[in-house]
Amino acid sequence: MLRKKWINPWAAVLLLILNVIGLDGLADSGRLKSVTPDYQLTFPLDYGAHEDFRIEWWYITGWLETEDRKSLGFQVTFFRYATDMNHDNPSRFAAKHLIIAHLALSDPAVGKLMHRERTVREGFGFAYSKQGDTDVKLDDWTLVRQTDGAYIVDMQDSDFGLQLTLTPAQSPLLQDQNGFSRKGPKPEQASYYYSEPHLKVSGTVFRDGKPVLVKGSAWLDHEWSTAYLDPDADGWDWVGANLDDGSALMAFQIRAKEGGKVWAYAALRDASGDMTLFDPDQVEFMPVRTWQSPHTEAVYPVEMRIRTGNIEWHLTPLMDDQELDSRQSTATVYWEGAVTLTKDRQPAGRGYLELTGYAKSLEM
Amino acid sequence: MNTTMISRWLLWGEWRAHWLQFLVALTAIGIGVAMAFSIHLINTAAFNEFSAASKSLSGQSDLQVQSRSGFFDEMLYPRLAGYPEVQLANPVLELDVTVSGKQQNRNDHRLKIIGIDMFRAMAIVPDLLGLPEEGKSLDRVASDTIFLSPAAMEWLQVQQHDHLELHAGLETITLRVAGGLVRARAGQRLAVMDIGAMQWRFQQLGVLSRIELKLDNGVNHAAFKVKLADELGDAFVVTEQTDQEKRIANMSRAYRVNLNMLALVALFTGTFLVFSTQALSVVRRRQQFALLRVLGYTRQQLLRQVVTEGLTLGVFGSVLGLALGYGVAVSAIQLLGGDLGTNFFPGVKPGIYLDPLMALLFFAVGVTVTLLGNVAPALEASRAKPALALRSGSEDMAMAKLSAPWYALVCLAIALLFTQLPPIFELPIFGYLAISLLLIGGIALMPYLTARVFVRLLRFQSDQPGAVGMLAAARLAHAPNQSAIALGGILASFSLMVAMAIMVASFRISIDQWLGQVLPADLYVRTAVSGDQGGFQADAQQQIKTLSSFQRVDLFRTLHLTLDPNRPDITLFARPVDRADPRNTLPMTDDMLMPGTIPEDVMPVWISEAMVDLYGYKTGDRIRLPVGTAPNEFLVAGVWRDYGRQFGAIQMLLTDYQALTGDISVNTVAAWLQSGVTADQAIAALRQLPFGSALEISNSSDMRALSLEIFDRSFAVTYLLEIIAVVIGLMGVAASFSAQILARIKEFGMLRHIGVLRRQVLMLLAMEGGLLTVLGIVLGFLLGWAISLILVFIVNPQSFHWTMAIHMPWPWLVSVAAVLLVSAALTAVLSGRRAVSAQVIRAVREDW
Repeated sequence: MLRKKWINPWAAVLLLILNVIGLDGLADSGRLKSVTPDYQLTFPLDYGAHEDFRIEWWYITGWLETEDRKSLGFQVTFFRYATDMNHDNPSRFAAKHLIIAHLALSDPAVGKLMHRERTVREGFGFAYSKQGDTDVKLDDWTLVRQTDGAYIVDMQDSDFGLQLTLTPAQSPLLQDQNGFSRKGPKPEQASYYYSEPHLKVSGTVFRDGKPVLVKGSAWLDHEWSTAYLDPDADGWDWVGANLDDGSALMAFQIRAKEGGKVWAYAALRDASGDMTLFDPDQVEFMPVRTWQSPHTEAVYPVEMRIRTGNIEWHLTPLMDDQELDSRQSTATVYWEGAVTLTKDRQPAGRGYLELTGYAKSLEM
Repeated sequence: MNTTMISRWLLWGEWRAHWLQFLVALTAIGIGVAMAFSIHLINTAAFNEFSAASKSLSGQSDLQVQSRSGFFDEMLYPRLAGYPEVQLANPVLELDVTVSGKQQNRNDHRLKIIGIDMFRAMAIVPDLLGLPEEGKSLDRVASDTIFLSPAAMEWLQVQQHDHLELHAGLETITLRVAGGLVRARAGQRLAVMDIGAMQWRFQQLGVLSRIELKLDNGVNHAAFKVKLADELGDAFVVTEQTDQEKRIANMSRAYRVNLNMLALVALFTGTFLVFSTQALSVVRRRQQFALLRVLGYTRQQLLRQVVTEGLTLGVFGSVLGLALGYGVAVSAIQLLGGDLGTNFFPGVKPGIYLDPLMALLFFAVGVTVTLLGNVAPALEASRAKPALALRSGSEDMAMAKLSAPWYALVCLAIALLFTQLPPIFELPIFGYLAISLLLIGGIALMPYLTARVFVRLLRFQSDQPGAVGMLAAARLAHAPNQSAIALGGILASFSLMVAMAIMVASFRISIDQWLGQVLPADLYVRTAVSGDQGGFQADAQQQIKTLSSFQRVDLFRTLHLTLDPNRPDITLFARPVDRADPRNTLPMTDDMLMPGTIPEDVMPVWISEAMVDLYGYKTGDRIRLPVGTAPNEFLVAGVWRDYGRQFGAIQMLLTDYQALTGDISVNTVAAWLQSGVTADQAIAALRQLPFGSALEISNSSDMRALSLEIFDRSFAVTYLLEIIAVVIGLMGVAASFSAQILARIKEFGMLRHIGVLRRQVLMLLAMEGGLLTVLGIVLGFLLGWAISLILVFIVNPQSFHWTMAIHMPWPWLVSVAAVLLVSAALTAVLSGRRAVSAQVIRAVREDW
């Protein structure tokens, strides 16, 4: 079975490590490029696809509010994956790139995550990721960046869907060293990575065919690489949050198989654009409360304290059951959920928390 | 003493005294039920498995779109996917690839390879997703990988990680076995590749075999099907799942129905045997029953008594039959496969499923036919006047009721009428009815004929001395009913055997001659894959043509056309045909345009007999066929005989085909050797060509031998049924003779008393048996010959759509007749030994 752990950005990277690099060696064909620190990100070119790199994703999470002031969380992801195969095959069906997309909606009234995934090979115009600017398509699911900078998301499935316009209020946030984002102790363990926090959202959420008008705030990540995770990696915890004062926080840690962490990173950019970066030893994830999934029996630290330097953030989930259990179709299980942040017991902002590798024993 | 006890006591007494007859009747009904039940089980299992396997290939799709000519441009895929009613479109490329080294079985040397886009197929045919090694997910979209079902791995003798060599056209390609198709059905021989990889590696770029559609909820399937078919035009067919089922059912229906009919014949023979046993047993016990009546037994009680006997026999026999049938079905499937070696259901390994309801039905049929065989004797027994019946010698009179020539004649007349009727649902129902009526009528006519024949014989013999001969003839002439019953068994089984033997021989000789006509060349050279392209392109054709080994080379292009989506595809041959006189090329029937009368400006086609029956085409018709970019008009110039493709085949001129399609590739090269060149030298020369190793070269004499071998294997089951029919017939002879002889103990006692030697009594019996069997054989031969005419001229053309000439297998018929004659005489003598053993005096005294 094609284990599409790459449904989740980090999971995709894990797949890469285990499946490709671990067995076939890195950059085996010589066709794919590696990530180097000297590259200067240029826009709008880098909004578009980078087909010379193995994996790439556009990942959007956010909080929405309906007209009757009910909160919803959403996640939308498009991946492009280079199979690094079939270069000589002249067939229109030759699987050179795969497009994978993921749609999830968190509604406390439903109590569990609604989600859909699709995978299609590029070809026949059914699926593509274009160069030059963000323009990704998978059948009738699309993510397009307009010339004014706003993103249009249109993703509908049989029983739910989204049509959203996301308008940037701040400039792109280049992570780590000007967009060169290290993921491990070795220099080649890295990706190109920028975020667009504080996207203003307006649009429609469809539930059983009924449209509901929504407004909200979202976070976009665009990241591409060929290979970067340490073989020792076990899973990761990641958070991206739009803070109420206009600042943006991103933090992650990569957990080691034997406990402890392989790498960690955090960045805090205030409303005026000043960036504070935190070294691996300044970032700490501390579980507060765990939740055991009734679907998979995996135990997730759904409530966390995160320390970045001197600041401590407290993360509370919108609802506990935001587990994404897609073993039927893709054999992937992880937790991806809307969370609220407090600092010193005061509301500080809202974001998304991602917890992977907790249900690993179930996957085999 | 109450009646139940009397009843039980009578039953036991009868069976203990005549256990052999009881056993024979039990076995007969058992074998009848067993044959019918096992054939039903095998047929159902094979058919269900075959359609399940076929269904697993099309999965959950609502509609399928195919081209009438097999392959079509892939750009239809985005077009179909763009319909708002279509939720999912799944493109499929399917090829049956010849596997080198597997050609010894002509019908069974192909590997079905299905090319899928796994991301589309996942939602429609998840069973076709291969299981790669852990961590090698991308093998499923790679260009050098293939996934095999367990049966295919076993057949090809490869494992995961092995390399598999296949031929595509004239090239050899090596694929890596990346994993298994774990959800393929048992025995299903199947391979799956990525569709892009398959298009490339098998040189099918840009084409697809079919597109499977899943429609949005709420879309009216039938309406959308019509709309789509309309918009796609004549070149495409749109089918639903139910059409697929129909197609599969159509494919094997004639075979299944014919086998079921044979099973019914076995059941019929069994019934007849039960009838004769019961009839004789009732007649023998007339005095016993009369005594019971005199003692106060009512008619109803007597009737109940005889019916109870039959019922008990029926119940035990049927249970035995069900058990036996199940056992036979299980072992036959294991030994011969679900299609009993005929390749009607290739690559299928069905398991027998015992449906209790069907078992109950067959049980009921077994009991019912036994009771039917019991009713006439039972009625007779209850109606007999006790006073008359108590007297000796009334037995044959009692049987008179059962013999009514007019009724026999009516049966024969209706049979004759039925032979003139057309098939129902494309099945020769009336043909089979005519056969059974012929049998019934023939058997019913027996007493009358026996009497007539032996009265004649008696008159003829009375001029000459020979007491024993006279006695035998007199007995047969004046007590024809009892003899006739014994005869009936022989008649039924021998006539069926004669019929089958004549039919099989006619078929085999016709096929042999036909093979000579359709395989006139010395060598046939093919390429290994069948697909959109014939494997030989122009340069390869030229290279073969210029070889010095051959004096003449013919090129053939074969492909499949879908004319009716409910029917299996027909085969189109484009080849050189002698336009002036097609008889020089094809095995023509008499149904053809006069040589030289085909107008110059039309494209002629020659159709097989099946096309006439299935599609209604007639010589002189103008028909449209999906050949070329748009359907074109052709003139039907004649009908030829085809034993190879019962679903229909059409021959057209290669030049016409190439002009219409622009396709200059061919699949087969037929080559005639230059004088002085041996086949081996020519084959060596072919192998020297750059693409020599990819060629599949067959010698026409090998192909003929192979075809006949397959034919013989297909009819193995028929031979088995014939033997069973003969054994049942002989058992009938034994049963009725021993019954008669016991009834005639007094007669033999009397004969001994007046000085006839024991040896002479035995001689008398042997003569009676022999004479009777000779008559049975002669009549059985006539009846069998009549039935074989029905089989050859009605059943075969109507179910398989081919005609043949009658050929008589004399040596086989004569030797079976001789064996039957000897065994019947021996049976009569052996049964008689007991009767003449001792106590002659007592036997005489018993009743007088």
